[in-house]
Amino acid sequence: MTTKKQPPTNKTPLLELRRVKKHFPVKRGLLNKTVASVKAVDGVDLAVYGGETVGLVGESGCGKSTLGRTLLRLHPITDGEVSFNQMDVHSIKGKDLKQFRRDAQLIFQDPYASLNPRMTVGSIIEEPMVIHNDPANKKERQEWTAELVKLVGLPEYMRHRYPHELSGGQRQRVGVARAIALKPSLIVCDEPVSALDVSIQAQVLNLLEDLKSEFNLTYIFIAHDLAVVKHISDRVAVMYLGHIVELANSEDLYNKPLHPYTQALLSAVPIPDPVLERTRNRTAMEGELPTPLNPPSGCVFHTRCPMAIDECKVQVPELKDMAADHKVACIRAHEWAK
Amino acid sequence: MQPPLLQIEDLKTYFYTSNGVVKAVDGISYSVHEGETVAIVGESGCGKSVSALSVMRLVPSPPGKTVNGKVIYQGNDILKASDSEMRKIRGKQIAMVFQDPMTSLNPVLTIKYQLVEPMKLHLNLTEAQCVDRAVELLDLVGISDGRKRLDDYPHQFSGGMRQRVMIAMALSCDPKLIIADEPTTNLDVTIQAQILEVMEKVIEETKTAMVIITHNLGVVARYADTVNIMYAGKIVESGTCEEIFKNVRHPYTEGLLQSVPRLDARAERLQPIPGLPPDLRNLPPGCRFADRCKYVHAKCTEAMPELETVSDSHVSACWIKDTIGVKS
Ligand SMILES: Nc1ncnc2c1ncn2[C@@H]1O[C@H](COP(=O)(O)OP(=O)(O)OP(=O)(O)O)[C@@H](O)[C@H]1O
Ligand SMILES: Nc1ncnc2c1ncn2[C@@H]1O[C@H](COP(=O)(O)OP(=O)(O)OP(=O)(O)O)[C@@H](O)[C@H]1O
Ligand SMILES: [Mg+2]
Ligand SMILES: [Mg+2]
Repeated sequence: MTTKKQPPTNKTPLLELRRVKKHFPVKRGLLNKTVASVKAVDGVDLAVYGGETVGLVGESGCGKSTLGRTLLRLHPITDGEVSFNQMDVHSIKGKDLKQFRRDAQLIFQDPYASLNPRMTVGSIIEEPMVIHNDPANKKERQEWTAELVKLVGLPEYMRHRYPHELSGGQRQRVGVARAIALKPSLIVCDEPVSALDVSIQAQVLNLLEDLKSEFNLTYIFIAHDLAVVKHISDRVAVMYLGHIVELANSEDLYNKPLHPYTQALLSAVPIPDPVLERTRNRTAMEGELPTPLNPPSGCVFHTRCPMAIDECKVQVPELKDMAADHKVACIRAHEWAK
Repeated sequence: MQPPLLQIEDLKTYFYTSNGVVKAVDGISYSVHEGETVAIVGESGCGKSVSALSVMRLVPSPPGKTVNGKVIYQGNDILKASDSEMRKIRGKQIAMVFQDPMTSLNPVLTIKYQLVEPMKLHLNLTEAQCVDRAVELLDLVGISDGRKRLDDYPHQFSGGMRQRVMIAMALSCDPKLIIADEPTTNLDVTIQAQILEVMEKVIEETKTAMVIITHNLGVVARYADTVNIMYAGKIVESGTCEEIFKNVRHPYTEGLLQSVPRLDARAERLQPIPGLPPDLRNLPPGCRFADRCKYVHAKCTEAMPELETVSDSHVSACWIKDTIGVKS
């Protein structure tokens, strides 16, 4: 059994997020005035090292996709900074931006919606090469396309098929082939297996792992299935209402979660073992997710936290080191960290 | 043991399409006893929803038709019941929670109307009593300000809350059996846990039986008494929850269990089931799982195995069931 990588702390990260915020304005009325803002991502710090997989988990609406899209510069940033290879992603232009567009790719959740229904599988995979004119030679592009089709485990004849003729798992493989066509270094995988059945999901997860070692890829892996994230990630960040509340290597996060939210989230996942499952202790969590339009004061989790004290209502917790490679944003974490 | 509340015998529901006959449910049998929770598990498209809709006689027809079998509810075959008898059974005796709440909640009617009308039809209560009961039910499923929210429309609720409204509706007329089709799929684990806890509590208190359709093996492990594993329109393995998880005797079930990553264990590599389920319009003569099965024998592609006894509480349809899952 190989052990999972520790992030090399002396190295400079491939990707670094500093105080990243993404707010969406809510507009009303005839004048289209901004009346409020959805604080989808609200001050995220995260360093991602070359060759690792960082998982991003949290409930629906906590800002996972927004964070992924912001770091890829698929929309403007509200505040803070994203640096990739030490370049400020949101201010680069020209050649640098073009290079970034090749180096950083996205794989979508929905293999049905993300593929152009009027293009063949082959031309979908080839398209990024055409856009970047690399390889410039058509024959070379088609050879690489054929190679990619094989790499993602699709039969050769599927190059000439259309997306509607493929199963969900096959479509997801097409999305994967397209994402690696330009040999990127970073791929944001946004719920890449959520729409798939478990047997097919395992096929795609194995493929992603194989490609990662083959092409020395770095993944940011977004999913709401905690077991899937644990399986594929070296480190995992737990998000709640636009904040990272805990960040640790995946074994530690699952074995000794320190944030009450992580604890509640993990204990809500049923384990496929009837004996274990029926004897487990559970951490309850009250109420509904508050709206990111008007997030709670202090610690955003205090309204649902079984451990909250008065101070949590006012003090915003910093994401702080609690143990080696284990950061937590909770003012009480030291009480149960040992 | 008492006779089962619901007994399904050799049920077949086919869809007659221009591209051929889709054998969505192709001869399934199982029973549900009072207070029992039965899980139906299987991959997308294997016939789980159609089997449930067949019991409720809600299969869209045409193109669908239940062509064979019996659905015996409290001693009577409801496939033979008249439409008016069926209306008395639906909601009152057997309630269904549908896979997609938006297709079964009417967007132009208030939550109050949708909760109260079936109660007025089935229960001997006044309007005011029905409203009180509606508020109680909403509270039970975790919507605490129910009285204030009664005049809201479905779109004013979040996905998780709509799902809970559906469950409140299913419970409203004290059914003896609830068929819940993926009641928590696509919801966050936290909401899933809340909803399933509520359902479990209510079911225990009222001795309601439940058929829960899901592809989440964790949910099955937690809540099911009995598990039916479906593959390509057939039940391929069935048994108590313990038997299915701890003494697997069908390669498909084994494959399902091995392909899910687990929170409580560490696997370097997942073991997927290769390939895809067969086309239900063009099924092979032998075992339907044969082309994906790592144990496949010559016999498997020639003849279809029937469900055979593994133990008192366990059956499997596999020619080599006795060698599957047995640690050598
Ligand atoms: N373009 C947009 N305009 C306005 N609000 C948005 C936009 N995109 C996202 N949001 C809001 O930002 C918040 C975070 O959304 P996001 O899609 O990032 O969540 P998520 O964690 O990816 O959720 P899910 O698990 O459901 O995919 C949500 O409240 C969402 O409604
Ligand atoms: N109206 C219809 N016309 C033709 N075929 C249909 C129709 N409804 C369902 N089917 C087919 O019947 C089969 C069983 O469908 P069913 O909805 O029962 O699957 P399921 O097991 O519930 O899947 P899922 O997990 O995706 O909900 C599928 O192959 C489906 O394509
Ligand atoms: Mg998302
Ligand atoms: Mg279904």
